[in-house]
Amino acid sequence: MNEPDMETKTKIRWSEYNKEIANDKFFYLRSCIRQNFNPGAEKVFLSILQNKLGKEVYDDPHHTTCSGIGYHSDIVPFETFQTMVARQFSLMTERGYKNCAVSCITSFGGYNEVLSTWKEFPEELEKTRENLLKATGRTFEIPENLSHACDIIYKFRKEIAAQAPYRLINKETGEPLKIVDHIGCHYAKIFPEKGVGGSEYSRVLTGMIEAWGGEAVDYPERRHCCGFGFRHYLIKNNRSYSISASRKKFESMQPYQPDMILTNCPGCNMFLDRWQYALAQIEGKVYGGKNGIPVLSHEELAALVLGYDPWKDIGLQMHQMDVEPLLDKIGVEYDPKLKFTGVKGQYINEPEFTGCLARTD
Amino acid sequence: MGICQALHKQGSFMYSDLNQRLKADVRLEEGLQACMNCGICTAICPAAEFYEYDPRSIAITVQSGNHEKIAALLESDTIWYCGQCMSCKTRCPRNNCPGLIINVLRKLSQETGAFIKSRMGRQQYLIVKSIGANILQFGYCVHPTSLVPATHPEQGPVWRWVYENMHEVYAAVGANLDGDGPGAMRKISPTDLKELHQIFKVSGGLKLYQTIGHFSQLKAIELGLTDENGDADMEKYTQYLLNE
Ligand code: SF4
Ligand code: SF4
Repeated sequence: MNEPDMETKTKIRWSEYNKEIANDKFFYLRSCIRQNFNPGAEKVFLSILQNKLGKEVYDDPHHTTCSGIGYHSDIVPFETFQTMVARQFSLMTERGYKNCAVSCITSFGGYNEVLSTWKEFPEELEKTRENLLKATGRTFEIPENLSHACDIIYKFRKEIAAQAPYRLINKETGEPLKIVDHIGCHYAKIFPEKGVGGSEYSRVLTGMIEAWGGEAVDYPERRHCCGFGFRHYLIKNNRSYSISASRKKFESMQPYQPDMILTNCPGCNMFLDRWQYALAQIEGKVYGGKNGIPVLSHEELAALVLGYDPWKDIGLQMHQMDVEPLLDKIGVEYDPKLKFTGVKGQYINEPEFTGCLARTD
Repeated sequence: MGICQALHKQGSFMYSDLNQRLKADVRLEEGLQACMNCGICTAICPAAEFYEYDPRSIAITVQSGNHEKIAALLESDTIWYCGQCMSCKTRCPRNNCPGLIINVLRKLSQETGAFIKSRMGRQQYLIVKSIGANILQFGYCVHPTSLVPATHPEQGPVWRWVYENMHEVYAAVGANLDGDGPGAMRKISPTDLKELHQIFKVSGGLKLYQTIGHFSQLKAIELGLTDENGDADMEKYTQYLLNE
């Protein structure tokens, strides 16, 4: 008898972790980190929902940071964090929405922490209502559904596959691309029941990889933190903590020679991209690919298989690791000359070098 | 409060009722039920791998209610080692969350001024100056103008290119940097920013910034990092922290 595939096995073992993900009418909450480093990812997420899947999603200009990075670096008190979260919910309520689509993993974990606190300690909810009213005159409803952007892409992975002109298959060899995933810690480690597949055997990214034709490769340190550590990255003197955690992951995935790393957290995505460069500069070591392993998020990969332009639509030129080797394997059509161009397609000079090490050829 | 009075208070550190103050935070109830000292949290903890750090002993110390040991924790580097990944929460057989206990200890360490006794604790001042200031100024935790390549060499040449061609690059990928209306990195309107400031004022956020600033000033004076009037010179103190 054939071994059941990963999806079937997961269904049997983790049926209790099939979280509910809303189907339509989302209120979008952006991520500070994603907007800074990979703003194209948020743009294509909205476009996929609206233009490819026919969903309603509202991008409200009035929402701000949730202050989650301040909260986890302990300069923002829990009371303030709860009130900041309540203001986002108030904007959602004001616009008539009930489902939040959250871009950031820190926010997602934080919103879940706040919702769980309000459930267990109703007096905290009352205090938050008072604080928000006093500060802004606002009231709010609790969302009916809170999903991370990756949950939504996961939910519609098969619809995306059906529309996708590209598959995660090496067009030369016909073999599925080997993809490792990295799940942001706050996606499911705090509240495993809020993540697809829980925290130990997360399905949210491997489900996409398989639906789009690739091979999800497990590796020993799959669950290890990328090393952000909040205060540890924010303080320059502590950054060795961050880089050594990422290094441990790269060492662990290297033997599997992945074609790319897939992430769901804006911070992790940036770190796994930048620390490859930093480690190459420090140790001279490149962990894979031609000059580093491409690191893409769920929105970016979905957009890529759907045929969005890598530069103008997805903004993949903002990654330090080159994505071209991946595009070439998949057979994505792109114009290399457009990578470093401005709004009107004019050349605007380019980085000193891309990838891990400056080329000597 | 005058500086002399404040220094006196700093000496005694207002360490009364530590246990009660810890228990007043609902997160302690969520984070610590009944620790059985098994050490699984330490086994999974990335900070324990990197630093001399042991979340198991933190859980046990707080559970013991030992006033002296808790006071020592508040003054130590130890509580600042946690990276807040919350891996401990997933694996603890008792559903404790040492990372959350850490948040409660850090809060108390800052409120009592104990944080300035440790090198890692003193760094909180730098975070208020960067992330704290960004939140109030921009309405974002991070803003591209605050990611100066010289202080972020790890960001690499592509970030330097983005930074040096900021408006063109953001516009080319469809972001709305500092623009009106929706979109990535849009300008947060004055009305929205005012609401954010009010929230920080009403719910204790500003007060915590000020408390961190206040105790940091006292530390600067103690270190002799003062101006000609004998007031704390916080630029000198910042440099001190960056090189500490
Ligand atoms: S895993 Fe849980 S019970 Fe075991 S030492 Fe850590 S906190 Fe205590
Ligand atoms: S949250 Fe802190 S104590 Fe818990 S595993 Fe992560 S670094 Fe360790």
